[in-house]
Amino acid sequence: MAFPATLCVPESDDTVKTEAIQRIRATRRLRWSAFARELLLLALLAVLCAIFARLSPQFLDSDNLREIARHFSEVGLMALPQTYVILTSGIDLSVGSLLGLSSVALGLSFEHLKWPFWEAAGAALGVGALGGAVNGLAIAWWGMPALVVTLATLAIYRGLAVGISSGRSITDFPDSSSWLGQGTIGPFPTQFLLLVAAVILAGAALYKSPFGRYIYAIGGNETASRLGGVPVDRTRFLVYLLSGVASGLAAVVYVSRLGTARPDAGSGIELDVISAVVLGGTDVAGGDGGIIGTVLGLLILSVLRNGLDLINFPQERQPVVIGALLITAIAIDRAVRRRRA
Amino acid sequence: MTETPASAERRREGMTTPPSGFVPRWQREYSALAVLFALLLFLAITRPAFFSADNLRDILVNNSYVMIAGVGATIVILAAGIDISIGSMLAACAVTAGDLAHRGTPLWLVILATLAMGAFLGLVNGGFVAWLNVPPIIVTLGTLSIYRGAVIWYTQGVWIQGLPASFLFLGQGTVWGVPVPVWVAAGTVLAGVLFLQKTRCGRHIYAIGGNPLAAELAGIRVNRIRLLTYVISGMSVGLSALVYASRFSQIQSNTGIGFELLVITAVVVGGTNIFGGVGSIWGTVCGVLLLGAVDPALAYRHISSYWEGAIQGCFILFGISGDALRTRKR
Repeated sequence: MAFPATLCVPESDDTVKTEAIQRIRATRRLRWSAFARELLLLALLAVLCAIFARLSPQFLDSDNLREIARHFSEVGLMALPQTYVILTSGIDLSVGSLLGLSSVALGLSFEHLKWPFWEAAGAALGVGALGGAVNGLAIAWWGMPALVVTLATLAIYRGLAVGISSGRSITDFPDSSSWLGQGTIGPFPTQFLLLVAAVILAGAALYKSPFGRYIYAIGGNETASRLGGVPVDRTRFLVYLLSGVASGLAAVVYVSRLGTARPDAGSGIELDVISAVVLGGTDVAGGDGGIIGTVLGLLILSVLRNGLDLINFPQERQPVVIGALLITAIAIDRAVRRRRA
Repeated sequence: MTETPASAERRREGMTTPPSGFVPRWQREYSALAVLFALLLFLAITRPAFFSADNLRDILVNNSYVMIAGVGATIVILAAGIDISIGSMLAACAVTAGDLAHRGTPLWLVILATLAMGAFLGLVNGGFVAWLNVPPIIVTLGTLSIYRGAVIWYTQGVWIQGLPASFLFLGQGTVWGVPVPVWVAAGTVLAGVLFLQKTRCGRHIYAIGGNPLAAELAGIRVNRIRLLTYVISGMSVGLSALVYASRFSQIQSNTGIGFELLVITAVVVGGTNIFGGVGSIWGTVCGVLLLGAVDPALAYRHISSYWEGAIQGCFILFGISGDALRTRKR
C-alpha cells in the first residue's frame, strides 16, 4: 500500500503532529503505549459504571442496558463520520437539522406519496446524502469555512423541515416499521447491532484503508497533503457526504423508535455528537484521534446521562455536568500535550 | 502559520494594514448594505406599507438587542475567536436582571449587576480559551450547555413575572421620541467602533485576528487581549439582556435559544471574516438590519414565517460566498 509522502517523513518541528504520525504508525503495529488516552477513557468509563452500579441497583439491569443502547445508537451513528470530519479539521454542525429534514422526507413520502415505510426510509437516506453533498461541495470545492457553512445549513435544513411539513408531525406508521427502533435481535436492540456494524466499518476504513490515511494526512497538514498527492478535495467532500448519509440513517432509526416523524427531530443533538467525538480525544484542530476514542466518548456520555437519570438527577440540569466534563477533559488533554511538547 | 486566509486576502486586495479610519475605507461591508438596499427597494415597489414609521420603528426596536450583542460578537470574531454561548449568556443575564428587579432592587444596581454577570460569564469563557488553551468552539459549546442548565436549575423552569415599571422603562420607554433600546444600541455601536478604530487595544485585536503568531512576536499580549474580547462579549450580552428582558413583562428560562445563530449570522453577513482580522462593526450593523428586515418582509409578502430559518441560512451562505471566491486557492 502506498502512503502519501507526508506520512513517511516525521521531521516536523511540530511535536503534536509528530505524535499524531507516531500514533498512526502505532495503529499499524498495535503499540499500546500510543493508546494512553484511550486507556484513560476506558478507566473513566469503568469508574463511572462502578459508581452508578453502586448508587442504583437498576443500572446493571439488562433492561436498563438495552435502554442505554437504544438511546445512544442515533448519536453514535452520526458521531462516526463526525470523527472523520473533525479529523480533517472541519466541523459539521448541521447533523441535527439534517436528521429533522430526513425524518420529514420519510414522513411525507410515506403519507403523501404512499410509499411503503422501508422505501420511504430510502428517501430519508437520499435526502441525508443530498444534504451532506451540499455541505461537502461548499466546503471542499468552493473553499468556504466549514463552521460557517454548516451553521448556515443548520438553519436552512431545519427551516426546510419546518417549512415543508408546516410544523406538523406525521404519525400512523405501520407496526412493521418499529422493527429497527424498538425490536431486538437475540438479546440486543436492533439499532445497537446496526451501530456495531457501522463502528467496525468506520474503524476499518479509518485505520486500515488509504481513505483513512488521507483523512489523517489532511488534518495534519493540508498543504503538505496536497503536494504529497493526497486527493484533498475528494476526501473532504466524502467525509461530509458520509456525515449526511449517517444523519439520514439516524433519522430512520429515530422515526422507527418513536413512531413519529417530527420536523424538530434531533434539534440540539449536534452538541451530543460533537461532545462524544471531542470527549473521545479527537483534536478539533484535526489530525489526531479516531474511532476508538469516539466510541469510548459516546459510552461515557450515555452512561453518565443514564446514571444521572437513575439517581433522579433532573434531566434539564444534566447539561451542566456534561458541559463541565467536556471542558475539563479538553483542558487536561491540552495541558498534558503542552507538557509533552 | 505565516499566512492566514485573512492576511492572504488583504495582501491580494493590496492592503497592508486594516482600515483605521472612523468610517472604514475598505468597502467589504457594502455587499450587505447593497443587499439590504435591494430588499428595501423591492419592498418599496411591491409593498409601500412596509415603510410606515411604525413598522420601521418596530424593526429597529426588535433588533436593538441583536445589534448590542452583535458588537461584542464582532470583536470576538475579529480576534479569531468564536462565542456560541451568547444565547445561554443572554438567558443567564436576563434572569439575573429580572430576578433583581422583581425584588425591588434600584435600577442602577440591576444594571450594574447584570453587566457584572455578563462580564463574569465572559471571563469564564475567556479564561479557558486564553489561560488553559482550550479551543474557543469547545469552551463555548460547553458553556452553552452549562449556562443554560444553570439558568433552568436556578429558576426551576418558572417564568419571572411582575417586573416593576421602572425596569420596563429600559425596554419600552422613549427619550426625545426615540425608544430607549435604540439609544442603547446606537451608544454601544459607537463605543464599539471607537474602541476598534481609535484605541491601541482595538488595533491589537485586528493584529491578532490577522496573524496571532506575528502579533505575539510584535510584543502584543495576545492572551490578555483574547481574554478581554470574551469579557467584552459577555458585557455586551449583559446589556443586550437588559433591553431584551425589559421589553416584555416576563422572562422565560428558555430565553435566547438559537440567539447565537442569529448574532453570528449577522456578523458574517456583515462581511466580518470568520477567521478574524477583517471586518467592522458597521458591517455588523448592516447585517443585523438586513436579517431584521427579512422577517417583516416575509410577513408583508404573505410568506409563512416557517421559512424564516431557511432564508436566514441562505443569507449566510450568500454572505460568505464572496469571501470564498476571493480567497479560494488557485
